[in-house]
Amino acid sequence: MKKYFFHKPGTRSQFVISIGVVLGILLLGLSINSFVGYRVVAFMLLVGVSILAMTFDIIPVLIAAILSALVWDFFFIPPRFTLTVGTAEDRLLLLMYFIIALINAVLTNRIRRMEKKIKEKSEKEKTVRFYTTLLNSLSHELRTPITTILGSTDNLQSNSDKLSENDKTELINEILVASIRLNQQVENLLNMSRLESGVFKVKKDWCDINDLVYKTLQRLEPNLQRFRLSVQIPEQLPLFKLDFGLMEQVLYNLILNVTQHTPADTLITIQADCVRDRLILIIADNGMGFPEEEIHKVFDKFYRLKGAPTGGTGLGLSIVKGFVEAHQGIIRLENLPVCGSRFTIEILTEKTYLNKLKDE
Amino acid sequence: MNSYSILVIDDEAQIRKMLAITLQSNQYKVIEAATGKEGIMLVSSHMPDLVLLDLGLPDESGHEVLRHIREWYTNPVIIISVQQSEEDIIKALDNGANDYLVKPFRTGELLARIRSTLRKLGSPLNNAAMVFNNLSIDFANRVVKKNNVLVKLTSTEYSLFSLLAQHDGKVLTHQFLLRHVWGSSHQNESQYLRVFIAQLRKKIETDPNRPVHIITESGIGYRFIGNSL
Repeated sequence: MKKYFFHKPGTRSQFVISIGVVLGILLLGLSINSFVGYRVVAFMLLVGVSILAMTFDIIPVLIAAILSALVWDFFFIPPRFTLTVGTAEDRLLLLMYFIIALINAVLTNRIRRMEKKIKEKSEKEKTVRFYTTLLNSLSHELRTPITTILGSTDNLQSNSDKLSENDKTELINEILVASIRLNQQVENLLNMSRLESGVFKVKKDWCDINDLVYKTLQRLEPNLQRFRLSVQIPEQLPLFKLDFGLMEQVLYNLILNVTQHTPADTLITIQADCVRDRLILIIADNGMGFPEEEIHKVFDKFYRLKGAPTGGTGLGLSIVKGFVEAHQGIIRLENLPVCGSRFTIEILTEKTYLNKLKDE
Repeated sequence: MNSYSILVIDDEAQIRKMLAITLQSNQYKVIEAATGKEGIMLVSSHMPDLVLLDLGLPDESGHEVLRHIREWYTNPVIIISVQQSEEDIIKALDNGANDYLVKPFRTGELLARIRSTLRKLGSPLNNAAMVFNNLSIDFANRVVKKNNVLVKLTSTEYSLFSLLAQHDGKVLTHQFLLRHVWGSSHQNESQYLRVFIAQLRKKIETDPNRPVHIITESGIGYRFIGNSL
């Protein structure tokens, strides 16, 4: 949860580093004492303590403060190599040194604690906002089909004598459609939690991209009936090592997304290629494209375009991104110059041209 | 006409009920078991013609039940499971399951799988020849015909194709196919399998991109379907 800009050492190494810094400045001070005078050494020690205070816990910093005061007194304030302080002026200086070092340590520490608190609070607010969106979206997307199922079955159960055969068929069909929709939502949620849990594995094996694309298209056949399709896969495309199941889900979600957001008769283009050892997969359409001001948000979790038709959780594309990134790949979305938009996936993975060898 | 008996092993009463009604209305005799132990007992006492086995049982895992009953029970077992993990499915297939369906499934699909699995009970596996809609295989002479025209297959292509065809309707895992066609030393070289499946499709299928005979089971293997609908 907590993210520091740099790694904070453990307590024991904090003590060691604190003492080390003071001793380091001591050595530096001893070597330049004759040029600069012992008062400059005091400032050098003070700078060291201040830097420590910026990251370390209060106790090691206090120890560094006390140690540095003693070091300055013993090694530098005349008479040197005694703890005695000769003049009243030096005594005052030593006292002030000590106070400044302490204030420095305590104040910096307090500022850091406050910063942390503010950060935690804003992180908490972000989480709350996220879960509110999640709950709103989910409760709508899950409850709508459940309401349909409950309502239709209630109706079939208690009004069966009053319903015409036609009504009954229609209600049963409503139940079917709602169940399919419910199942899709649950599927998306399961995929998302699989990604979030971080325990899911990418099981790479050799994939025939042709098979991958057409297998996905076959699953999408009922959705694709009112669209035109153009599939461009070069004969010479090698086999790539990918997780077939995950990549099938990626293509499925991308193409399904197009069918949900573009009008009938839109041309959907699916291209595969191998460029600089990378697998390139392109899903493009000549629909309306994405609103420019929202295009950077489409992969965000639970993000849905304004005015998007119901039936989505806003999870489909973030799952796509998650699965592509699980392959160490990248995905881009851009609007095309005239009309439509294009998703481009780039994955660097093992490949083999074995399939193009004519053996036997 | 069919009075096959089917044992349903599933801990969810709702699923059992739904399956019982569906199967009975299709003239199957249904026996139900709610736990693995009960299931094993009923398999040995009733010797059903087919078992529908859920993998997530409360007492012992479906994998255990499968391993246990496979010691003596040779009739088909179809896995019905909510577990989508490919590993689980492959494990069950390797342990002797004949087919699998992931919940939620449609009853049409379930009935089709049951029919296809049971059909093979009646017909001996090692036919000298197999004839499908537009395909025929003469195992004795190693001859494959498509629309009555001879299809020229290399020897590896033929081995792969005849293996698939002998298991008409059944999912064969990548590992199984590699082991039986290329030998156990090539078990991890699935690239060969991809290449030869693609080549076979070009020769056997009417449209290799929309295969109706050699079906890809994502992440698991391939299924041959002789008589496509």
